Amino acid sequence: MATGLHPSAGDSSTIAIGTGDAIGDINKYDFRTDSPAVFKARRGIDAGIVAQISEMKREPAWMRDFRLKSLEIFNSKPMPHWGGDIAVNFQDIFYYLKPAEQQGKTWEEVPDAIKKTFDRLGIPEAERKFLSGVKAQFESEVVYGSLQEDLSKQGVIFTDTDTAVREHPELLREYFGRIIPPTDNKFAALNSAVWSGGSFIYVPKGVKIEFPLQAYFRINAESMGQFERTLIIVDEGAQVHYVEGCTAPMYSTESLHSAVVEIVVKKHGRCRYTTIQNWANNIYNLVTKRAMAYEGAMMEWIDGNLGSHLTMKYPAVYMMEPGARGEILSIAFASAGQHQDAGAKLVHAAPNTSGRIVSKSISKNGGRSSYRGLVRVEPGARKSRSSVVCDALILDDKSRSDTYPYIEIEEQDVSIGHEASVSKIGEEQLFYLTSRGLTEAEASTMIVSGFIEPLVKELPMEYAVEMNRLIELQMEGSVG
Amino acid sequence: MTAPGQEKLVISGLHAAVDGQEILKGVDLEIGRGEIHALMGPNGSGKSTLGYCIMGHPSYEVTAGSIELVEADGTRHDLLAMEPDQRARAGVFLAFQRPMSIPGVRLADFLRHAVTNVRNPDRKEGQELMPMRDFRSELKAKMADLSIDTEFARRYVNDGFSGGEMKRAEILQLAMLRPKFAILDETDSGLDADAVRLASQSIARIGGAEMGILIITHHEQLLEHNIPLRTHVMLGGRIVESGGPELAAELHKRGYERIRAAYPEAAAAERSLQDAATSNAPHPVTA
Ligand SMILES: Nc1ncnc2c1ncn2[C@@H]1O[C@H](COP(=O)(O)OP(=O)(O)OP(=O)(O)O)[C@@H](O)[C@H]1O
Ligand SMILES: [Mg+2]
Repeated sequence: MATGLHPSAGDSSTIAIGTGDAIGDINKYDFRTDSPAVFKARRGIDAGIVAQISEMKREPAWMRDFRLKSLEIFNSKPMPHWGGDIAVNFQDIFYYLKPAEQQGKTWEEVPDAIKKTFDRLGIPEAERKFLSGVKAQFESEVVYGSLQEDLSKQGVIFTDTDTAVREHPELLREYFGRIIPPTDNKFAALNSAVWSGGSFIYVPKGVKIEFPLQAYFRINAESMGQFERTLIIVDEGAQVHYVEGCTAPMYSTESLHSAVVEIVVKKHGRCRYTTIQNWANNIYNLVTKRAMAYEGAMMEWIDGNLGSHLTMKYPAVYMMEPGARGEILSIAFASAGQHQDAGAKLVHAAPNTSGRIVSKSISKNGGRSSYRGLVRVEPGARKSRSSVVCDALILDDKSRSDTYPYIEIEEQDVSIGHEASVSKIGEEQLFYLTSRGLTEAEASTMIVSGFIEPLVKELPMEYAVEMNRLIELQMEGSVG
Repeated sequence: MTAPGQEKLVISGLHAAVDGQEILKGVDLEIGRGEIHALMGPNGSGKSTLGYCIMGHPSYEVTAGSIELVEADGTRHDLLAMEPDQRARAGVFLAFQRPMSIPGVRLADFLRHAVTNVRNPDRKEGQELMPMRDFRSELKAKMADLSIDTEFARRYVNDGFSGGEMKRAEILQLAMLRPKFAILDETDSGLDADAVRLASQSIARIGGAEMGILIITHHEQLLEHNIPLRTHVMLGGRIVESGGPELAAELHKRGYERIRAAYPEAAAAERSLQDAATSNAPHPVTA
């Protein structure tokens, strides 16, 4: 077991179950040294594995049944026929690794490119090991402790989803899998069967959390799993901004990552969910994100996607009651060997709802980015308004950008706008900047940063700064 | 002719082409530091082309001749062998006739980067920029000198600027970058009467004895506070005549008829260039 691991009930039971040892026997192992893990995970997925995951987590029967049913759905669903080419062998993957096993890597095994990026981003030592999977836990108890106290005084629940299943069954049973049912798509079904980690947030009526909540604050060995499951409930008139992940490159030896994020924003509530993901180049990142916004509520997704081999991600807002608003701002950067198939989905299911999609993509060095978006207006959603703006910047002739905008309107009295542009970095712009002393690389980077600036300025300050540094890194060596 | 012990920009026998079409047909020009030269000439005679060639625009191919920086001790630096950013670092500046807009990039951020590079010619990519505080206070002072609202620094480079605002932003960059040699390509066009007077004064102040300036203009006002040592007239891609301030006054009053008559060869070149320009113009697209 990880040294200094947070002694939550879930973690200790993880070890005990599956070894046949009594829970109380846990102390007989000296987990501080490299004692071999006793439970041996195996590759592949079947009912046995799924049941075992549930058992190891000491889950209630309803969750175990949910997982098993989801597995059946997963098996019966075809692969998505749109998006990228998903070359994944489902039987060749570890679906659940205990933290101790995830920790098996050494710093030497982490690729140099990743280490170099850590250097350039100035990521502290402790975080580097955590982010690269060398260390299963990120130690920031100090920061987190007082914050947690503050939040819980206001009735806010902020924990990992595994813990929430045990400690908040009433909320979980009401909402878990209700916004994104396992039947939604093959990868949602997969996640529902084998999920682990992720955040659970409940913000009570009228409580407004002024600072962004970050996944960082939540200490858990499983916080960065392959199949995270996040559920956020914003009660009436409440407000939260959640920031997921971080801009540092996430390195993992497992190639399939498939998260599910479900959000409910009740009457006049507000929720903003910010993600910047920067995966290593071997990763398939197939994510389902959806929010339901009720009367007068506001939901915003801000989504930055860098790295990965293939990302498919289309955050959605379903505007369920009059006056609900949804906004999706996304940035995608595709470089060599990468395909970013990202977009957004707005569903107007009630009158007077309004939505906005702004998508910016950059393709470079043979990278491919696609915008795939849907705006749907249900019958009766009168006076709904939506606007879609998607801009693509292509940095060279090897790279590619496509737009797939879908619009389904089943109501007359609506206003829907769509604008798309594809541009290249102009020689005249480059010349203007270089004539003032910027190198060609600096000038291109500046033009690219300018291109995404309207979205970057929506990010919390430190993320905006890191986003710009990441763009610089991505741009490095792009001009020869 | 410039004095021997003076740093100068020397252009000789310069020929340049765009898309295989020759535009400059042998330009000779010497500008010493501290001197002001005016360049006039009818539309399309090649004035901006000369500016672009000096700065290294990739669309303009120099087919013959040279552009050099010659130090006071006689050391020569071949500008044609340098990228545009290296030329900027070597102390050359071009104020654009039509500045480019760079959406999303704040004028202050761009300028801080530019100033850092130009003042530290050996700076490598990724190294520290000029300290923010020093940069800000210097920028603020320069903006005040030029009566530019400080709010401007936060705006995106030339994005949605009025014609006059763009030109003032160019002068601001000139003031911040303090080059050895500056080409000001119609920096007076688009400015209202008061702004031209202000620009004229500012340029005189910025320039001083340290800067060699080539002022490309169709008007006289900019020269009011920047009395040119020499005025040159370009026609058909060549400098056909040079003279004192009286030449600028004459051209402004009487136009280019005398010049065309006096230099029939250049006038013929001008006509053939115009024909080429019209035959190359894209045909209107029918939908
Ligand atoms: N990029 C280009 N592509 C095609 N033709 C060009 C290009 N640049 C300049 N030319 C042509 O070269 C000739 C000279 O142009 P230039 O812009 O140098 O003139 P100018 O003297 O600056 O004129 P003005 O006083 O109108 O600014 C013109 O015929 C112009 O059409
Ligand atoms: Mg011109």
